[in-house]
Amino acid sequence: MSEAIEPERARTGSAGPFRQFAGRFCRHKLAVVGLAVTAALILTALLAPLLSPHSPYSVSDTFSSPPSSRHWLGTDPVGRDVFSRLIAASRVSLAVGFATVALYVTAGTLIGLVSAYVGGWVDLIVMRVTDMFMAFPFLMVILVVVSVLGASLQTIVFVLALFSWPTVARLVRSSVLSLKEQDFVKAGRALGFGAPRILFRHLLPNALAPIVVNATFGVAGAILSESGLSFLGMGVQPPAASWGNMLGDAQSLTVLTDQPWLWLPPGLMLLIAVLAINFVGDGLRDALDPNG
Amino acid sequence: MLSYIARRLLISLPVLLGITVINFILMKLAPGNPVDMLIDPNTPPELLQAKKAMLGLNSPPAVQYGKWLLGLLHGHLGYSFSSYAPVADLIAQRIGPTLLLAFASLFGGMLIALPLGIAGAVRRNTALDHALTGLSFVGISLPPFFLGLGLIYWFSLKTKLLPTGGMHTLGGEGGLGDALYHLVLPASVLAAAIVGKKIRYIRASMLDVLEKEYLRTARAKGVRESLVIGKHALRNALLPILTVFGAEIPVLLGGSILVEQIFQWPGIGQLALQSILSRDYPTLMALNLVAAIVVLASNLLTDALYTMADPRIQYR
Amino acid sequence: MTVITESNASRPLLQLEGVKKYYPSRKGLFAKGRIQAVDGVTLDVHAGETVGLVGESGCGKSTLGRTIIRLEHSDAGRILYDGEEITAYSVRRMRPLRTQMQMIFQDPYSSLNPRQRVEDILAEPLIAHGLPRGEDARRSVGKLLDLVQLPRSSRSRYPHEFSGGQRQRIGIARALALKPRLIVCDEPVSALDVSVQAQILNLLKDLQDELKLTYVFIGHGLGAVRYISTRVAVMYLGKIVELGETNRVFDAPRHPYTSLLLQAIPVADPRRRLRERLVLQGEAPNPENPPPGCRFHPRCPFARERCFSEAPSLTGNGHAAACHYPLG
Repeated sequence: MSEAIEPERARTGSAGPFRQFAGRFCRHKLAVVGLAVTAALILTALLAPLLSPHSPYSVSDTFSSPPSSRHWLGTDPVGRDVFSRLIAASRVSLAVGFATVALYVTAGTLIGLVSAYVGGWVDLIVMRVTDMFMAFPFLMVILVVVSVLGASLQTIVFVLALFSWPTVARLVRSSVLSLKEQDFVKAGRALGFGAPRILFRHLLPNALAPIVVNATFGVAGAILSESGLSFLGMGVQPPAASWGNMLGDAQSLTVLTDQPWLWLPPGLMLLIAVLAINFVGDGLRDALDPNG
Repeated sequence: MLSYIARRLLISLPVLLGITVINFILMKLAPGNPVDMLIDPNTPPELLQAKKAMLGLNSPPAVQYGKWLLGLLHGHLGYSFSSYAPVADLIAQRIGPTLLLAFASLFGGMLIALPLGIAGAVRRNTALDHALTGLSFVGISLPPFFLGLGLIYWFSLKTKLLPTGGMHTLGGEGGLGDALYHLVLPASVLAAAIVGKKIRYIRASMLDVLEKEYLRTARAKGVRESLVIGKHALRNALLPILTVFGAEIPVLLGGSILVEQIFQWPGIGQLALQSILSRDYPTLMALNLVAAIVVLASNLLTDALYTMADPRIQYR
Repeated sequence: MTVITESNASRPLLQLEGVKKYYPSRKGLFAKGRIQAVDGVTLDVHAGETVGLVGESGCGKSTLGRTIIRLEHSDAGRILYDGEEITAYSVRRMRPLRTQMQMIFQDPYSSLNPRQRVEDILAEPLIAHGLPRGEDARRSVGKLLDLVQLPRSSRSRYPHEFSGGQRQRIGIARALALKPRLIVCDEPVSALDVSVQAQILNLLKDLQDELKLTYVFIGHGLGAVRYISTRVAVMYLGKIVELGETNRVFDAPRHPYTSLLLQAIPVADPRRRLRERLVLQGEAPNPENPPPGCRFHPRCPFARERCFSEAPSLTGNGHAAACHYPLG
């Protein structure tokens, strides 16, 4: 009976799954840096009103003035403080990024779970619908829909989510399809568990890793898409500030040549934010899937 | 393989039809119509009505959709609401520059990504490899419009090496050389994203092959390392790598909107943006349809090529 | 609803009457075939006994096991549990019966949810059926761990911290949580080390005595089946070809297939090894397209004219075989 007495502790130690995961994540140095930067950005967004020296909307007496001690990053053609607008924009961009992802990851996960678990006709129809949504060229169709519905923060989030959920649904579906053949799911059915319990207690927790990775990259993608829309004037509308529309306002040769404070900072902020979040996603991928 | 392609095509038909329906619903949801937008507010209402009737805007939506679909089957894509030109002609005028831009960036991106990816795999876990990984992430994360503005600033305004936009020099003679000269910057922006995405993929497929048994055998036989990589590994890694570049075509199509706008490149992307701003529904519907066909076709092509390149993958 | 009110002693706990199970298979672009995984199985299982199901992989024994406890819908035939016909019960109507019949799975690695602690795995059936919660559930988990001889300290661990044998004990404990009467054991030891197999088999035997359990024991290894079963059913291509008390089937098989199956076991005795042996030739035919007549005839060394066209039925009292020319 010796076999039954002592669990195999040597193989895994007593560390919980989370500690192991954290250890693997921390080995990815860029991911740790990315996480720190992301955290700093989130903090900035949360504390935006406290951190900005001026109101992002108030107009001063100097227009397009270069950086000075009063306006660290100068002022825009309307006379607003660029630094304050940069901080205000972080709020908008991150909010759009996280809200979009929260919306479509939830929807995609639910749809994928149900589609795979129910199977049959439901699954077939869901798959064809995802095919349809995925066949639209992303940026183009989003521009069309935003122009139809009218640009506002809610519309942007809704439209970005509307054309992003199919990827998640397919991801979840394929992991659930393989998971539901596993014996622990059959055991759940044999034990008389209802569909909600099997879906949310057994299938979902085991399908979570790729969802989390996808969601992280999704935040970066949504921020990029929002900035693209705003750059084209179809996204966040002035006077609200977004890194994208700040860059969009700088599309003149004079601004490009002579007023770099108007376009370099928002572009760099975008790059830093997207890069940092992508690094976090990469770290998560490595940590959650040590073999892949 | 043939039955696989046949099945995929069969599946694509309802998908395409669904796309046109979604498209049409979207257009109908739009507030306002082109007549209201284009015509001076002082025009008498009778005239507006006549105009609307002429454009077919008075019939019920289902009829409008049916007419459009019927026309499509006969090869008509309808007439633009803003320029009254046949949509097919508009697209035909614009598709050339977009294709030129797309394939130039695809080709350029490939030429840059291949050696970098291979270098990363061969010198794996060295400083070079880490630098390349970092570079690929920058490529993925760079907003194309920011890169575009940066390139214009440096190459057009500071060093005056390349033009800021357009496809031909104003008042110049045009010609292919001139177009290529204008192509460099916009193609670079699109290529950057491709390079970023593909470096890591190429590196991974190369590593996959490098660890294979037959390469170890080749090394054991004393074949020079450069020959092992150049002849044995590359040949086996190349085909799957090349096929996935097809998957970039849809991405290029979307990206071309931003890039064509920044560089004033007279392609489909610009046409799309103009049509959106002028609520030119027939043009938008046609553009979405063409784009969807391109997306579906390139997905199918990628999958089909991939099966051929890797006999282990079986599609049923 | 059947109106049988005889005493439980004479009525089998489980009755299968002509149970069939097909799987669709895809060939070509549109044509669909079907695989007859279980093709007309009639079998009674009495309370307290262990019926072993043996056969090569693909013979339908595992499908039959899953069909018995209604993890799969049967396509024809009747399934009666304790006299109650459950063949067409919905998931909802099956729910109360889930406390009566349970399953132990083959692969102890995929049969436990890797994200649940042992105590959650064992308490969840109770909670889902509205049985004890809180402190009562805790106590039940402790008792279950005692039953399968695992230390109570195992409760807060995750499945990956255990060995295969220990995990199988957890799986057994989970099957016991609802105090079932019938347990389908689907090759419960074939994924385990040989040294551990005997321990698990002994545990199953002890539990049967202690809890008055009835087993349907699906086995790949004949040794395990012989050790634990009171009766044995031999399956070939979805049909039972021989059925009888364990010792009689193993010592004096009547169906040529059983005989060949038994001889395929490696024998430790060198004197017997030298003796001329009949070998089971070829692979089992495709169940999508079973041969006409007796399904075993393409591989049977004794096949005669009649076997090519006429399918034999399972005949014989006590020790039955589906063969026109039974051995012995």
